[in-house]
Amino acid sequence: MLTIVNPALRRRRITLLLGAVGVTALLTAALPELTAAGVAVVQAAASPATVQIDNFAFAPATLTITAGTTVTWKNEDDSPHRIGDKDGTFKSAALDTDDSFSHTFATPGEYPYICTIHPYMVGKIIVKPAGKS
Amino acid sequence: MADRDDKDLLGAAKMDRRGLLKCMAWTGTGVVWTLSGGVPRTLGLIGGAAAAEAPQGGLTFVQISDSHIGFHLPPNPDPSATLTEAINKIKAMRTQPAFLVHTGDISHLSKEEQWDDADQIIKSANKQVFFLPGEHDVADADNGKAYLARYGKNTKGKGWYSFDHGGVHFIGLINVFEFQPGFKSAGLAKLGDEQLEWLEKDVAGRSASTPIVLMAHLPLWTIYEQWGWGTQDAGRALGYLKRFGSVTVLNGHIHQIIQKVEGNVTFHTADSTAFPQPAPGTAPAPGPMKEVAANELHKYLGIRTVNYVRGKSAPALTDSTLVA
Repeated sequence: MLTIVNPALRRRRITLLLGAVGVTALLTAALPELTAAGVAVVQAAASPATVQIDNFAFAPATLTITAGTTVTWKNEDDSPHRIGDKDGTFKSAALDTDDSFSHTFATPGEYPYICTIHPYMVGKIIVKPAGKS
Repeated sequence: MADRDDKDLLGAAKMDRRGLLKCMAWTGTGVVWTLSGGVPRTLGLIGGAAAAEAPQGGLTFVQISDSHIGFHLPPNPDPSATLTEAINKIKAMRTQPAFLVHTGDISHLSKEEQWDDADQIIKSANKQVFFLPGEHDVADADNGKAYLARYGKNTKGKGWYSFDHGGVHFIGLINVFEFQPGFKSAGLAKLGDEQLEWLEKDVAGRSASTPIVLMAHLPLWTIYEQWGWGTQDAGRALGYLKRFGSVTVLNGHIHQIIQKVEGNVTFHTADSTAFPQPAPGTAPAPGPMKEVAANELHKYLGIRTVNYVRGKSAPALTDSTLVA
């Protein structure tokens, strides 16, 4: 199942990211949950965090970021998906294959979301206050 | 719930799709089903003697589903062409159907041009069509407003309706607007209180001998929770129909035929006219079966003919593939 493959892809991506920032000591950052170190890297790289959608699943299913980070969902699946959170804070259009959607999380908190087309697909963004880790 | 037993009854949940098709010798043809005492029984293949003797004088209608106009990937880069083939098959039927029902996912992404294409093709059958939305038809920015503006005239609430034809009472339910998010439990479709209250009133006072056809896009029984293939509050809807002697439930959404009998209720999902999806649990995800070769695709696509014979309450269902 791709849910097994995905963490590997994610690990590779984050490893590259870490290399780019030159924080080689952090190469062993624990996954699948992003550690505090992982959060710091996302911030330091000033690069938007990415959630990949494939095989009717979000990867990573839980993403931890700092406030002000932009998250981009990229639909790499053969089926359309649509991001929506419980309270309507963020909602994408229906994303066809290769479409993406971005949202900047300004306020710390936990943001569970689903694919509103396939409500059994769930994910969560955890937003930590900026400047803390 | 009796769902586990029902899967065993059908055997479909344990077998991959191809195996199932082979096992039932459906290759290249369709199977004529007759409902005798509520139990589906295979009569013969389309083109065989049984099918040739299709009963006359009753009510015949055709169900098409999941045309997904706008889909453009393997295994079917051109769902308009396969929908056209489905409509041509209907036009060639010796006993012409009184009307068509489309059980949803007319479009792939709720775009006007996709519905335009679908309507243009379906119109050539020259039949009245009763539409229901799939979740792909309510994926516009305004959450279904575009579908309802186009297809929702003369419907109640968020698009549901009922009508009578040939002594049969037809009910079109909507289960693509409400859902149960999959955080702590399965992410299933919902009918919602407003619609259920309408349904209760709609069937109240009708004679229990009236045959009922209940239609909705997502299955009105839980086929596979892990893929959201079910409707959380369908049991309440079926409760209102318990006293009726014949209830036929027609659904789409899962792009394959799965059937189940529960008392007087028979459940049938339909083939898509666009692309097949895997049998429950046989793939990591329920997406299109992109591995199906172009020359095999038509075996997985089809239409369904439903025939009510006067004096019999249960209909005969004929599922036929798009293989010429």
